Amino acid sequence: MQAGKLTQRSEGKGAITEPAWVRYLLITAALAFLALFLLMPLAAVFVQALDKGWEAYLEALKEPDTISAIRLTLITAAVCVPLNLFFGIVASWAIAKFSFRGKSFLITLIDLPFSVSPVVSGLIYVLIFGLQGWLGPWLQAHDIKIIFAVPGIVLATVFVTFPFIARELIPLMESQGREEEEAALTLGASGLQTFFRVTFPNIKWGILYGVILCNARAMGEFGAVSVVSGHVRGSTNTIPLQVEILYNEYNYAAAFAVASLLALLALVTLAIKTVSEWKLQQSISVAGKER
Amino acid sequence: MARSGGKNNVLPGFTPALGYTIFYLSLIVLIPLSALFFKTATLSWDGFVAAVTAPRVLASYRVTFGASLAAAVINAFFGVLVAWVLVRYRFTGKKLIDALVDLPFALPTAVAGITLASIYSQNGWLGRYLEPHGIKVAFTPLGIAVAMVFIGLPFVVRTVQPVLEELDQEIEEAASCLGANRWQTFRRVLLPTMLPAILTGFALAFARAVGEYGSIIFIAGNMPMVSEITPLLIITKLEQYDYAGATAIATVMLVVSFLMLLCINLLQKWSRRFAE
Repeated sequence: MQAGKLTQRSEGKGAITEPAWVRYLLITAALAFLALFLLMPLAAVFVQALDKGWEAYLEALKEPDTISAIRLTLITAAVCVPLNLFFGIVASWAIAKFSFRGKSFLITLIDLPFSVSPVVSGLIYVLIFGLQGWLGPWLQAHDIKIIFAVPGIVLATVFVTFPFIARELIPLMESQGREEEEAALTLGASGLQTFFRVTFPNIKWGILYGVILCNARAMGEFGAVSVVSGHVRGSTNTIPLQVEILYNEYNYAAAFAVASLLALLALVTLAIKTVSEWKLQQSISVAGKER
Repeated sequence: MARSGGKNNVLPGFTPALGYTIFYLSLIVLIPLSALFFKTATLSWDGFVAAVTAPRVLASYRVTFGASLAAAVINAFFGVLVAWVLVRYRFTGKKLIDALVDLPFALPTAVAGITLASIYSQNGWLGRYLEPHGIKVAFTPLGIAVAMVFIGLPFVVRTVQPVLEELDQEIEEAASCLGANRWQTFRRVLLPTMLPAILTGFALAFARAVGEYGSIIFIAGNMPMVSEITPLLIITKLEQYDYAGATAIATVMLVVSFLMLLCINLLQKWSRRFAE
């Protein structure tokens, strides 16, 4: 809020802004950089997807292997997002509403999957569940497949999307303090009532924000999933892996057609993210005024 | 915001919430990550050193870290520029541009990879103009750096932006009153204030680039010794059933990630202290 006002104020004052030509030069340079590195790739996805016309585009999406890849991606996201959502809410309740020793260390550990290379994230599950791994022989004896099968894909995806919701909710809940919950409890509400009636309305936009980012990564993860999937067409291929296969077969139009689905997902994600950010800002400034 | 200790906190559910947090964290993150170290521990020291210092592996470190460094430097420069323009100036489409900066976070890496490869290939939108001038981007280390610039782009912008927004412009007025020109004010007053944030963004972009796989392999060409990145080498070893080799290299990567994480945490602490 305040930043907006400051910017407006600065427009009029010569002392703390730049001459017009410098401003235009900087704006042009920044926009040129973004056009080159952001807009051009985004446009290229859609242009090349429609390179051979709408019919070929729709045909590529109706391919049975592509349909099954879409199904697997939806299943993966449908398992990962709720698991990490539940964890995110529980962890942020413990971390933001209570004080205990080792808290910042715990937050660092939660952030850990972000700093691990996706390839390493996949590898660790191969080392546990793969044939050479800790549980490999036992799993084989009981005819349970995890690596090169759907459970491995889900596990690797849960790992890479692990921090998204928690790291969004922890600072948000910390900034809201405990007074409202304490008031509700004093007035006789139960713990769960307090959470659903008091805490939840305060963090719902934060939850949406975290969920949408978690979902985007779950549907788009490539490196980690690539290590554990085994690339079996029609059964262990997610959408990103299907894109890779089509591209490596020089079937560029189909590869970009499938890729355009993920690009659309990215655009929807950005739109919802922007709206929830705006709502979040609003609720924070409203809460600030009430206090 | 002063928080009292655990004793007079009336909110319920601390023990089960913390218990579940630690349980799920161990199950999904800590135990699987420790598997890597246990597996590495079964290798002999000489075998480990031989695996992580083979010429092809050393070449992959050079490519990966060199390109990551170059990409992070480019991102630091243009990230500050973009953040500055977004915070300080008004122009049409600013809100849209601001939202689009996060595109590399939202766009799946495989999509970015095939798109960048097609743009910079011989017949691509940019490649057809660059190649006649002798600039080969696709299938060279330069292409790897281009992909890394793409995926690291939001980090510097998003760390510098809030710092610029909260900057009190009275400081700039003061500098100007004391006779500094605009460039001096920027260099002597604004840049030092932004520096912790710039370095944090730089480190985040670098760390992300080092581990990146999906957006790079399509544009890299993946020639051993020339344009092969370390994460790809791990996958190659896995496909050859060389689990020991893959694990050893992965351990090196993981240790580097931990060191980067430590640096970033220290930088963030520094910038918070700076802000206060």
